[in-house]
Amino acid sequence: MTSIDTADLKRMFDEIAVAIEADKDRLCQLDGLIGDADHGIAMGLGFGAVRDALASLDLAATEPTALLNTAAKSFLNAVGASSGPLYATAFMRGAAAVKGKATLASADVIALFQAMAQGIQDRGKAEIGEKTMVDAWLPAAEAAAVAHASGKTLSESLAAGLEAAERGAEATKDMIAAKGRSSRLGERSLGHMDPGAASAVTVIGAMRKSLG
Amino acid sequence: MQTKKIVNDGNRTVDEMLEGILAAHPRHLKSAAGSPRSIIARDGPRQGKVGLVIGGGSGHEPTFLGFVGKGLADAAAIGNVFASPPPDPILECAKAASGGAGVLFMYGNYAGDVMNFDMAAEMAAMDDIEARTVLTTDDVASAPRDQRQNRRGVAGNFFIFKAAGAACDRMLSFDQCERIARKANDHTFTMGVALSPCSLPQTRRPNFEIGPDEMEIGMGIHGEPGIARGKLKTADEITDEMLDKILDEMAPAHGDKVAVLVNSLGSTPLMELYIMNRRVKRRLDDIGVSIHATWVGNYCTSLEMAGASVTLMHLDAELQTMLDHPCDCAMFRAG
Repeated sequence: MTSIDTADLKRMFDEIAVAIEADKDRLCQLDGLIGDADHGIAMGLGFGAVRDALASLDLAATEPTALLNTAAKSFLNAVGASSGPLYATAFMRGAAAVKGKATLASADVIALFQAMAQGIQDRGKAEIGEKTMVDAWLPAAEAAAVAHASGKTLSESLAAGLEAAERGAEATKDMIAAKGRSSRLGERSLGHMDPGAASAVTVIGAMRKSLG
Repeated sequence: MQTKKIVNDGNRTVDEMLEGILAAHPRHLKSAAGSPRSIIARDGPRQGKVGLVIGGGSGHEPTFLGFVGKGLADAAAIGNVFASPPPDPILECAKAASGGAGVLFMYGNYAGDVMNFDMAAEMAAMDDIEARTVLTTDDVASAPRDQRQNRRGVAGNFFIFKAAGAACDRMLSFDQCERIARKANDHTFTMGVALSPCSLPQTRRPNFEIGPDEMEIGMGIHGEPGIARGKLKTADEITDEMLDKILDEMAPAHGDKVAVLVNSLGSTPLMELYIMNRRVKRRLDDIGVSIHATWVGNYCTSLEMAGASVTLMHLDAELQTMLDHPCDCAMFRAG
């Protein structure tokens, strides 16, 4: 029986920070092709700030909701930009989805994951196919939920989510950007992976590794 | 290869710059208590006046904070390099700028800025401050004419903020200030060209590649690719290409008046800007459009990018009055 507590969630954010830091240059390069080349910096700053903020929490006295809200606030204030409000909203919605729970069962983790993806979509108002991080997050959340509903373990479900995120990010290469900075490029955005979708795969991969 | 920059720590550039700016302009600027990324005019906000809060990413100096001062913006929220500020410093700016008559949020139309400023507006509403937003969308190269609302805000910010700031300083109503701000945006058209890239202080890597004999027409002020890349042309040809597009949209009549801004994106020198301005003057003379005022220099930069932009504001009596209204900012004075 899966039981994820606050300490596990902190380890998950630490894992994400490490993964993003290692991926920073690639994300900046992807962003340079169709944007302003700072996506890796923003993501690195954001998850670095989350790691630092969570390090000062008394985990034994903190519920998952409070930890996720701390993550949201520290990410937002360190970053601003587009990724700030998007990920901050993801964490706040995730926090709301698990409110009142001291530990999370696998169904709670799936609900958290779905709430994060929905939060990103609601804040950025992007649809599937518009070449944004939504193209990785939404299919990932859906695939994980479907897998879990069909009786798969949390680990298997998150693995299914990660695969869907990878496919979604790959598919952004064939999309013309309709939201965000690259949307002014028209067809010149074709052929390049969206950096926000690329970093979503990194984040989701670290979540799977840590929680699965 | 890394680019050369005079910095200490790439991650501290914005805060160290702000420290230097406050040291240079103590008569004009201060930061909000407890919010160093909220830069406030010492002599701007006052009771009964509509507040004007501008803001956006760093790296465009003197935009945004150079235009904070009496007669122009009351406060500017400062983000990381090329990144929108988060809601908190924007909210602190709104509180400082509020004189009980409403606060205008004005900034370039970028997805990140919109999300952060909208969150700040929601937070301001909880403090009983009504914030209204007027996005700047002057970059004609960034979306077709029928999608003006999707365009980026670039150097034309200068004219648009100036007109709005004057309306606020003249104690006009919230509705009037908002109307004038929107009109100023509708009347302002910018087109840019980039010759060489800039590099972020944290990466020190050129943020795009461009051949030694190439230019990019329509490039954004964050190095976003433009609409077309071509061989580098002469100053007159480049200026003509920009003006053709601007004038086609503006469609001024014989005898109309405009204001002109020839702006460096960072490293293009005044010499080249004035060569472009020579052509602007000749072209406008040819079609009988008179120039009410001209500004030439660094007004909205993109770090050390080489390149320039031309902005025209199509004036009517009201906008002309607003442009002529005195202002006294850290990096800009008029009247």
